[in-house]
Amino acid sequence: MDIVVCVKRVPLTEEVDLVIDEQKKGIKKDQLAFILNDWDNYAIEEAIILKEKYGGTVVAITVGNEDDEEVLRRSLAMGADRAIRVEVSDISRFDSLGISKILSCVVKDLPCDLVFTGVLADDDNCGIVGIMMAENLNMNHANMVTAIEIEDGKARVTSELEGGLGEISLIDLPALITIQTGINEPRYVSILGIRKAAKKELKIMNLADLGISDEELSPKTIIEEVYLPPETEGAQMLTGDPDKIASDFIEILTKKGVME
Amino acid sequence: MSEIFVIVEHRLGEIRDITFEMLWKAGELAQKLSYTVTTIILGHELNSIVDNISDRADKIIIFDDERLKNFNADIYKEILSGLIEESKPTLTLIGNTSWGMELAPCLSVKTGLPLATDCIDIMFKDDKFIAQRQMFNGKIFSNVSFAESKECLLTIRSGVFPKDKIGDRQAEIIQKDFPLTDIPLKKNFIEFVETAAGDVDISQAELLVSVGRGIGEEENISLIKELAEALGGVVSCSRPIVDKNWLPKHLQVGTSGKSVSPKVYIAVGISGAFQHMSGASGAGIIIAVNKDPKAPIFRTADYGIVDDLFKIVPVLKEKVLELKKG
Repeated sequence: MDIVVCVKRVPLTEEVDLVIDEQKKGIKKDQLAFILNDWDNYAIEEAIILKEKYGGTVVAITVGNEDDEEVLRRSLAMGADRAIRVEVSDISRFDSLGISKILSCVVKDLPCDLVFTGVLADDDNCGIVGIMMAENLNMNHANMVTAIEIEDGKARVTSELEGGLGEISLIDLPALITIQTGINEPRYVSILGIRKAAKKELKIMNLADLGISDEELSPKTIIEEVYLPPETEGAQMLTGDPDKIASDFIEILTKKGVME
Repeated sequence: MSEIFVIVEHRLGEIRDITFEMLWKAGELAQKLSYTVTTIILGHELNSIVDNISDRADKIIIFDDERLKNFNADIYKEILSGLIEESKPTLTLIGNTSWGMELAPCLSVKTGLPLATDCIDIMFKDDKFIAQRQMFNGKIFSNVSFAESKECLLTIRSGVFPKDKIGDRQAEIIQKDFPLTDIPLKKNFIEFVETAAGDVDISQAELLVSVGRGIGEEENISLIKELAEALGGVVSCSRPIVDKNWLPKHLQVGTSGKSVSPKVYIAVGISGAFQHMSGASGAGIIIAVNKDPKAPIFRTADYGIVDDLFKIVPVLKEKVLELKKG
């Protein structure tokens, strides 16, 4: 079972004040911490679980600059066999279609039974790249998958639908599957583990190696402007010390008739 | 005349709410811009579905065939790309749902049309369409345009537009034959499964104490259980808690979990991603405790407490217990 997993490094934005950049096309990132996109963490884990069960290899791929190698090293430490980074100094000049084309060019030359991506990236929240790759590569696909079983050269997958319903289908391999969070419990990675994984192969390719011209990658969707959420009335704030807050809290509950 | 396509989403014989919401937005734009609204339905035995929307569109194109009984993104893509090629609709609206998000990206590649996903509004400014969407889990908004393309595909977030009828339309109904001669059956539907079955039904609770990622560690969940118990309420949670296996799936509030409608919804350490909030939109009031003052939940909550939950929850619990002792 040879599996390719596409991963992305994204900023941690919870409990952080985001600042819009001067061009109003993105956010300032110099003060932010970065992590492996949560969905991709589950995707790497799922690939390694299948590899441990059926043998084969796991290759992690990302598109980005040297800083983005961090998520490849993490993937290698989790158990991926090798990694590939496509050198692009500034990925913000591409849209999801462009990124899907770059990744597809890498994947088409790799032996693979399965390609995994996360359902979504935590930064742009687009959720497009995976299924576009499937179409670029003319590969079978399944979206938002929460369980995978391999049987007789096919994958039996559960896709998450709305309202607590799952849809089970059988797809022929090779296939591209977008992985939903919660599909497994991603393993812990230690700093020592990351250091040890430094011996594994991390190959760097550029767009010329892949034979893609800039013209092919010109974006079809353009971010005109980004901005902070428009002001709303918002919540009425309860303030003061915890004691005062608790009293006000109980008063609201009493008024709403949920305190006996 | 320019045309807006709305792709109907239905499941187990019922139209999904997102379809009505898309028809509302399409209707509103069509009124303003003198466009027409065309809905496309793929499926099998569709009469009741057609009846439900016949006064919301100018044209309904129906592909009714046994082979379309189950949703299949590849078959949908093949049929729809043919229709889009033929009619060149200015906008094609698809639900930003699990199915819609499998269909839209491959339809975009196949047709060569640009795609903006999870749109929360569509605007027409300076002679071009702009899609409004969110990034960074709602902390940033963005306006997206479509380069040189006159046509585009948009997936629409559930719950942002009304389900109401807008304008007065009477649809011309067009039945079409299944157009594909060769179906590469790459994916076979097996069955639907209930993924959120359990012994507690949070959708019936009057008071929910809901816990999110902010709780930090599994052992801290007991804090929430104790508060819920003191208040006589029921514990529920957001997705990350279920992903980590700290609470079972049937306690999850949100798009992929349950929709709830308690009198009071207490959200502790929940940032308020829309997938979660859409499940809590039926609540009488929402009280949120979160230490991030910029957490999106404070935009929809009625009452907010910006503080450390570990300071507030224990004091609250003690006070409630004291009061009950009377």
